[in-house]
Amino acid sequence: MQDRNLSLSNILFNRSIQGIFYQIVTLGLVILAIIYIVDNTARNMVARGLASGFHFLGVEAQFDIQMTLIEYSPTSTYFDSFIVGLLNTLLVAGLGIFVATIVGFAVGIARLSSNWLIAKLAEAYIEILRNIPLLLQIFFWYFAVLRALPKPKQSLEFADSFFLNNRGLFIPDPVFGEGGTLILYSFIAAILISIGIAVWSKQRQNTTGQTFPVFYSSIGLLISFVFLSMLATGFPVTFDYPELKGFNFKGGIKLIPELVALTFALSMYTASFIAEVVRAGIQAVSLGQTEAARSLGLNPNQILRLVIIPQALRVIVPPLTNQYLNLTKNSSLAAAIAYPDLVLVFAGTALMQTGQAIEIIGMVMGVYLFLSLMTSIIMNLFNRFMRVAER
Amino acid sequence: MNTEIKDSIEVTKPPIASIGIIGWLRKNLFSSWSNTILTLLGIYILYSIIPSFISWAFIDASFVGSTKQECSKEGACWIFIKENLKLIFYGLYPSEELWRINSMYFVLLVCGIYILIPNLKYKGWVGSFLLILFPILSVVMFSGGFGLETVETRLWGGLFLTLVIAGVGIVLSLPIGVMLALGRRSKLPVVSLLSTIFIEIWRGVPLITVLFMASNMFPLFMPEGVNFDKLIRALIGVMFFSAAYLAEVVRGGLQAMPKGQYEAAQAMGLSYWRMMALVILPQSLKMVIPAIIGSFIAIFKDTTLVLVIGLFDFLGIIQFVGTNPDWLGFSHEGYVFAAVIFWIFCFGMSRYSQNLEKKLDTGR
Repeated sequence: MQDRNLSLSNILFNRSIQGIFYQIVTLGLVILAIIYIVDNTARNMVARGLASGFHFLGVEAQFDIQMTLIEYSPTSTYFDSFIVGLLNTLLVAGLGIFVATIVGFAVGIARLSSNWLIAKLAEAYIEILRNIPLLLQIFFWYFAVLRALPKPKQSLEFADSFFLNNRGLFIPDPVFGEGGTLILYSFIAAILISIGIAVWSKQRQNTTGQTFPVFYSSIGLLISFVFLSMLATGFPVTFDYPELKGFNFKGGIKLIPELVALTFALSMYTASFIAEVVRAGIQAVSLGQTEAARSLGLNPNQILRLVIIPQALRVIVPPLTNQYLNLTKNSSLAAAIAYPDLVLVFAGTALMQTGQAIEIIGMVMGVYLFLSLMTSIIMNLFNRFMRVAER
Repeated sequence: MNTEIKDSIEVTKPPIASIGIIGWLRKNLFSSWSNTILTLLGIYILYSIIPSFISWAFIDASFVGSTKQECSKEGACWIFIKENLKLIFYGLYPSEELWRINSMYFVLLVCGIYILIPNLKYKGWVGSFLLILFPILSVVMFSGGFGLETVETRLWGGLFLTLVIAGVGIVLSLPIGVMLALGRRSKLPVVSLLSTIFIEIWRGVPLITVLFMASNMFPLFMPEGVNFDKLIRALIGVMFFSAAYLAEVVRGGLQAMPKGQYEAAQAMGLSYWRMMALVILPQSLKMVIPAIIGSFIAIFKDTTLVLVIGLFDFLGIIQFVGTNPDWLGFSHEGYVFAAVIFWIFCFGMSRYSQNLEKKLDTGR
C-alpha cells in the first residue's frame, strides 16, 4: 500500500499537489514579469537621467493654475499643485453628483408617470443621452454652447445678479457682517431642536400611537429661527453682486466656463443612468406592498414615505453609489477641455515638467483607487446594515 | 314588432369622451388638473426644441456646394461634413489604399447580416471566422505586408480608427476577461488573489489615467530600443481596462450557475478545463450576453478618450477638422453629426441585446 502512495503517477495526479504546483508557477511568472519590468524601468530611468522617489514633491512647481480653491502661486510646490488638482476634482464631482441626483430622480420618476407624454419625454432623454459618448457631450457644452456665448457686455442675465457669458457664470457672493455668527448658531440650534422633536415623536408614537408632523415643524423652526436671528442682528448678510467693469465682471463668485460645462455634461449624462436605476428600484417594490399599505389605512403620502421609498432605496442605493463613483472617475475627462483637475494639473502639467511618470501616475491612480475602494467598503457595510431580516 | 324590439334593446354606446382618440387623450394626458399642467409643460418643451431644430438641421440648412461661402447663415452647414467626409471616415489613410478598408467593411457587413438573419446554418463558423480569422486578415489589410503597401498607424483615423480600437478591445478583452473571472473564482488562493487585485486595480481607475499610463509609463517598462507604436500602446490599455469590466460581468454569470451543474460535471469525471469549457461557460456566458453587450457599448463610447493621447479617432478628427481655418465656426454641425453616428451604433447594439435577451429567455 505504502508503495502505491509513493508512486510517481500518484504524486503527479494528486489534485492538491497539482494545485500547489500551478500556484507556484503562476506566482513565479508574475514575479518574473515584475522583476523584468522593474529592471527595465530602472535602466531606462538611468538612461534618461531621472531620479526615482518623491523628492520632486517639495520642489517649486513654477506653473500657474487657472482655478484654485486654496492659496496657490507658481512658487508653490508640486505637492500643492497635487492638492489643488485633487480639490478641483472633488469640487466638480460634488457639484455633478448633487445636480445628477436631482435630475436623475426627476427623470426616473417621470419615466413611470401615468402621463403618456411626460413618460415618453423622459424615455427620450434617457435613450438619447446615455447612447452618446460623454466626451462628445462635454465638447458640445464647452465648445458649442459656452464658448459661443456673448461677450461680458452682452451677457445673459437673470434678476440683475446672475450673469452668464463666455468668461463663465457669475453669481452673487454672500458676505456675513457683524452678528453673522449668531445666525449660524441659531441655524444649528434649530437643527438640534428638530432632531430632538423627531426622537420625542418617535417615542410618543411607539407608546401612544399618536403622530406628530415632524417634517413641517422642523421646516418652520429652521425658517423662523434664522429669520428671527436676522431680525435681531439687523440683517448682517449682504451680497457682493458681480458688476461689469471695463471688459469683465468684478465681484461675486466666478465659475469658470470649463467648470460649468463639465458639471453640466457630467450631471446630464449620469442623470440618464440614475434615472434607470431609480425606475428599476421603484418597479422592484411589488404592487402588493402598496395595496397592503392602503388596506392598513395609510394615506398616499404615508405609503410613499413609509412603505415604497424605504424598500426602493434598498435596491437603488448600491447602483446609485456606483454611478456616483463613475461620475467621479469620469470627471477626469476634464483634461480634454482644460479644467484644472487632478489629471490635467498633476498627470499633465506636472508630469511634463518633471518626467516622474511612475510616481505621478501612481499617485493619481492611487487617489481614484482609494475613492473606489472606500465606496465599495461603505457599500458592503450598507448592504449588511440594510439586509432584510429574514426568518 | 321586430323593429320595436330592436329599439328597446338598442345598445347604449359608451360616452364619446371615454373611447377612441378622445378617450385615450383624456385617460393618458388630461386625467386630472395636475396631469394637464404636466402635459402642457411637455408640449411646451417639445415646441421649444423640435421646430427650431428641424428648421436648423433641414429647412434652413445648406446641402449643395463646396465652400463655406455657400452656406446659409441661419441653418446648418452640412457642406462642412460633406467636404470633409473622407477625413472623418478614414483619417489620413492614403486615398488609393482606401479599397482595403472598404473591402474589409464589406466582409464585416456580409458576415454581420448573415448572423443577424434568423434560422441560417453554419452561423457558428461565420462567428468564429469573424472572431479569429477576420482580425488577423484585418491587421494585414490595414497595416500592409504580403505585397501590400505599408500604411503607418499615424495615418489611421476617423470612424475607421474608432472601429479598430473598439473591435480590438471587444475581441481581445473577452477571452482575457473570461480567464480573469475563472481566476477570481478559483479555489487556489494565489490565483484568486492575483486575479482579484488585477481586476480591482483596473476597475478602480479612470480610463484616461490608463491611457496616460500607456503613453507615458509603458515606454519605461520595455527594454531599451523596443518602442511600441502609440496605437498599440493605447490598444493594450483599452484591452486590459475592458477585460477587467468583462471579468466582473462573466463572474456574475458564473455565480448564477446552480451548484448542481458543477457537481454533475465533476461526477461525470470531467477535468476542470473540460467542465468549464463544455458545461459551465456555455451556459453562464449565454446568461450574461446582454450584460456583455452593455460592456461593449461602454467600450465603444470610451474609445473617444484616445484623443487625449493624440490619436485622431472619430471625435478627435471632427474636433481637428473644426480647427481648420477654412471651416471655422461649424462645431455644432460636427458634434451633431458625431452624436447621430455614435447614437445609431450604441442604440442599435442596445436594441439588439434586448432582442437577444427575449430570444434567449427560453425558461427552465
